[in-house]
Amino acid sequence: MRLDQLSINVTQRVKKVNPFTLMPEIEHQLAEIGFIPGEKVTVLRKNFFGGDPLMIRIGLSTFALRKQEAELIEVEDLQDND
Amino acid sequence: MIEAKIHFFPKEPLVALVGNPNSGKTSLFNLLTGGKQKVANYAGVTIERKEGKLNLGNHSLRILDLPGVYSLYPRSLDEEITCNVLLGRATGEKKPDLVLCVLDATNLRRSLRLVLAVKRMGLPCIVVVNMMDIANKRGIEIDLSQLEQELHMPIVESIGIQTKGDKAVREKLISYDFKTYFSTLNSTTDVSDHQPIEVDNIVVQAILQRMGLDKVMADPISDRFDRILLHPVLGLIILFSVLFFIFQAVFSWAEYPKEIIEAGTDFLSKFIANLIPEGWLQSLLVHGIIAGLGGVLVFLPQILILFFFILLLEESGYLPRAAYLLDRLMGSVGLSGRSFIPLLSSFACAIPGIMATRTISNARDRLVTILIAPLMTCSARLPVYALLIGAFIPARKIAFGIELQGFVLFALYGVGILGAMVVAWLLKKILSSQKAFHPLMMELPNYHMPSCKNIAIGLWQRTIIFLQRVGGTILLLTIALWFLASYPNPPLGAIGPAIEYSYAGILGKALAVVFAPIGFNWEISIALVPGLAAREVVVSSLATVYAIAGQASSAEEALTPILQQGWSLATALSLLVWFVFAPQCLSTIAVVKRETGGYKIPMIMLTYLFSLAYLASFITYQFALYFGLS
Repeated sequence: MRLDQLSINVTQRVKKVNPFTLMPEIEHQLAEIGFIPGEKVTVLRKNFFGGDPLMIRIGLSTFALRKQEAELIEVEDLQDND
Repeated sequence: MIEAKIHFFPKEPLVALVGNPNSGKTSLFNLLTGGKQKVANYAGVTIERKEGKLNLGNHSLRILDLPGVYSLYPRSLDEEITCNVLLGRATGEKKPDLVLCVLDATNLRRSLRLVLAVKRMGLPCIVVVNMMDIANKRGIEIDLSQLEQELHMPIVESIGIQTKGDKAVREKLISYDFKTYFSTLNSTTDVSDHQPIEVDNIVVQAILQRMGLDKVMADPISDRFDRILLHPVLGLIILFSVLFFIFQAVFSWAEYPKEIIEAGTDFLSKFIANLIPEGWLQSLLVHGIIAGLGGVLVFLPQILILFFFILLLEESGYLPRAAYLLDRLMGSVGLSGRSFIPLLSSFACAIPGIMATRTISNARDRLVTILIAPLMTCSARLPVYALLIGAFIPARKIAFGIELQGFVLFALYGVGILGAMVVAWLLKKILSSQKAFHPLMMELPNYHMPSCKNIAIGLWQRTIIFLQRVGGTILLLTIALWFLASYPNPPLGAIGPAIEYSYAGILGKALAVVFAPIGFNWEISIALVPGLAAREVVVSSLATVYAIAGQASSAEEALTPILQQGWSLATALSLLVWFVFAPQCLSTIAVVKRETGGYKIPMIMLTYLFSLAYLASFITYQFALYFGLS
């Protein structure tokens, strides 16, 4: 599942960040701010209709992402040791 | 012959502060250095460089506050500066003798990734765990000695927002032996020695697990605040109320300090007029310098009130949330919330605003933001607005205790913003690319209680910058204008004020032909010319022009009554509208040229702004005449 499809207040973990061909640096920038495989991620808030921008909790930080960025992030269910 | 550039550095050891954005690094810097700070730019780039001095009794240290970074990969310009300084490669900087790596105790996870990256650089480093008070309050217990063992680095704690919160850091620095490290300072580590972030993250995760800190939760208080402040409807209402309140305060709070400054200017010009015999020197001092500078200085309180609120919102963590709330609105004209912070800075001055566009990764978004930044009403225009509103808009209350003057000011800002939105929307149509990507990726830091000290230091720096402008550019232009307005002397037997025969008078009358359809008289036309160098100069120029023109019996007579008698309301409104759209000062154009690397964009900017301003003023003036406001 992709991060933008996640329901509000459900915590999952980052599986991977997909590259975006038109802007290759996006992938790295997302990693820098904490979107690293295994990190816990929650969608805290979505705007009306489809939800741009999204308010995301990654680790202990809070970031505002647009749907376009959230679409690049794949998430998966938490594992036992999380 | 090739000349090698040799830099001489002060003999004090250089200590660099490194940390994540929002880690309280700047608060700690303010605590360590107090008011003893120098704000400048890094050589060749426009990133603000803050240096201060820390006195430790028998010796002192130079402290450098590096730009906040998430990692040490030189991707953005901020990170490049931080990396280059740490590697000793930055032009005009020496390699730091010691690094203070500032950690956010409430977000060790992210901070520790940066610590590992700094450690790899091989510089001597002390880790400062900041915001310990907030961490303790939230029940996060950090065993510093265990962290010391895990990292093999010396660790101290600090509370950046508390007086004496830097005690442990100072003690560590006093006992720190810089000399031993000078000899061993020979790091071969290179940035090319990249370690993937994932690897660092696994190391950090293991450390946090061993310390029992891997289950820490995010700040519940900020989340509770956000439920209200980021509510899609309520949040916007609050945001607009806050902005509205600020503009009201800019007018009503400034009244008293303004009167004091006016009384001071008045006293000084009378004093000098009595002291120095009548002649060119008295005219230069009284009509030129005192009338000119006093006219600008009087707006310092208003500028400081505006900055007080901007700093307050910034310190509290509300500012990026305002960007979040406005992201959708910005999206509708093809920009992202990222453009909000550069645009907000432009309310202070377009120059830092245009520089701040560097954080926008989409090239088209950045260009559009640069082009519309001058439409945000900068503080230099505030004096002009304040003068005209004060003179022409009656001070009375409209409904709900709202001041009419404050409302008009708010409306002028609003017209600028509206104009910017329309221009951005048009540019979106013209420049539309197939698959535009407008990244936001903006951190929403935890809410903080703003610290008085940080705000005081911020305001003090603004005051210094303003006074330097008054003493520099504005003083020079005022003297130049006084000269142009005073010479040549009128021919013998001339009727009418002497200024009409001067260079300025001749030039002003020529320009007035062009500006007549929008209601500007020759006095305004002439004042607009030096206004190109700095906005505020228009006020001092009007003061000088009218003082020399002798319409005021003496220069100390305030400008307001002269304008009330001499100008129609239609002219005043037209001039107000002109200033909403008219091109910025020359320094802005110069910055646009530097940032876009050519003359094309600044030329486009000048042309479109002039046309827009002329058109808008024309419509305003003609409408006002039609409704009988002449």
